[in-house]
Amino acid sequence: MMTVKIGVLGLQGAFREHAKALEATDTEISIVKRVHELDGLDGLVIPGGESTTMRRLMDKYELFEAIKDFAKDKPVFGTCAGLILMAKKIDGQKGPHLGLMDINVKRNAFGRQVDSFEAELHIKGVADNFAGVFIRAPYITEVGEEVEVLATYDNKIVAAQQGHFLTAAFHPELTDDNRFHQHFVEMVKGRVFV
Amino acid sequence: MAQTGTDRVKRGMAEMQKGGVIMDVVNAEQAKIAEEAGAVAVMALERVPADIRAAGGVARMADPTIVEEVMNAVSIPVMAKARIGHITEARVLEAMGVDYIDESEVLTPADDQFHINKSDYTVPFVCGCRNLGEAARRIGEGASMLRTKGEPGTGNIVEAVRHLRLVNAQVRKVVGMSEDELMTEAKELGAPYEILLQIKKEGRLPVVNFAAGGVATPADAALMMQLGADGVFVGSGIFKSENPAKFARSIVEATTHYEDYKLIAELSKGLGTAMKGIEMSTLEPSQLMQERSF
Repeated sequence: MMTVKIGVLGLQGAFREHAKALEATDTEISIVKRVHELDGLDGLVIPGGESTTMRRLMDKYELFEAIKDFAKDKPVFGTCAGLILMAKKIDGQKGPHLGLMDINVKRNAFGRQVDSFEAELHIKGVADNFAGVFIRAPYITEVGEEVEVLATYDNKIVAAQQGHFLTAAFHPELTDDNRFHQHFVEMVKGRVFV
Repeated sequence: MAQTGTDRVKRGMAEMQKGGVIMDVVNAEQAKIAEEAGAVAVMALERVPADIRAAGGVARMADPTIVEEVMNAVSIPVMAKARIGHITEARVLEAMGVDYIDESEVLTPADDQFHINKSDYTVPFVCGCRNLGEAARRIGEGASMLRTKGEPGTGNIVEAVRHLRLVNAQVRKVVGMSEDELMTEAKELGAPYEILLQIKKEGRLPVVNFAAGGVATPADAALMMQLGADGVFVGSGIFKSENPAKFARSIVEATTHYEDYKLIAELSKGLGTAMKGIEMSTLEPSQLMQERSF
């Protein structure tokens, strides 16, 4: 059996839910709070949470450069706050965070919590009936040439892939549907076993 | 079609706050300090609990100007408190677009028998609890998040520890019980049967549970995480300390790395004076905020 090791960044947010979603996909899972915990991992998930909080803790514990380094050849999957952390450009903000993906993102783009919603999504190559849970969610306003748009809602880009990077504005980890996680696991396997 | 105000988006919002610190603030300047320190949300108030305690009289929802000022100052979620049972204060806060309402015993209750029917609202609510009976009743009314009460504004962790330990012990008991014992347990706890059944099936509370009421140091925050809290609320502990920015940063880091004791030692060095605490035995029973709920 070929098992890949996937880490979930556990500084803050819904990291246990991601770990639970991955458990169903035949992977080895670990929670990453410190740099050395990236060692030996084949992929990394950056969960939903508060992007400002996670960024501060990344800086403080030298995870910022370490994750950028890790991401050079290892797959990364970010949801919601994770998407914001991965974007090259953030609306109304001076610089990006990790800047991994060639996307522009707008924070809290659908509004405040009272505007948070659920909607069914068609995710290219993953599912045509996926329950999208959007919580104070961002969306992608522009993508570069190498970025493939995987899902839109109300004409807004809410999921995308660029090479070994995968991102979603919604929270697949809050549903019992692990098809999107399975897609990421396949991306990781594709890199490890080819 | 898009659906707003579902249980999943209301409870999910609290899931995103896990492992984080929610800080009480009374103006934009404090809100920015909290955000920069890494708070996952701020609670906009007119006065922190220690000052409410000192001022006495009736404590109400904050002036909307303060809530608005805080909402405009930060990009993280903003919570605000409504009095227990005060349907209109809650609707006003919802209309203003706050991200979470705390139906809070820190304010003077508006109804001495009934809590708000929180299922009716699009905005999610957090409520206090001292035991599983209270916790389950609040969930039954539609609370999307809980916080163990502790004793607000005291800077004394003892009540917070007692309440969190009790809730978790009672959850463990329910999980370990046979299903045919649950109805009697529901009667004894004063808890809705369906909520206990759900807890038994899932092996845990169906909503996120933070600790509150007495957290004054990084070690206090780490202790609550160690005891199984999903995160912590810090009320008076930050802005009643000598160096709020430093206290705030240290409490955030201690909450994430709550099992790294060497780090907590470092984080606790040279912080200056913590808020002055209150020993529980010096409080009259009528001064206990935790007693306010039904």
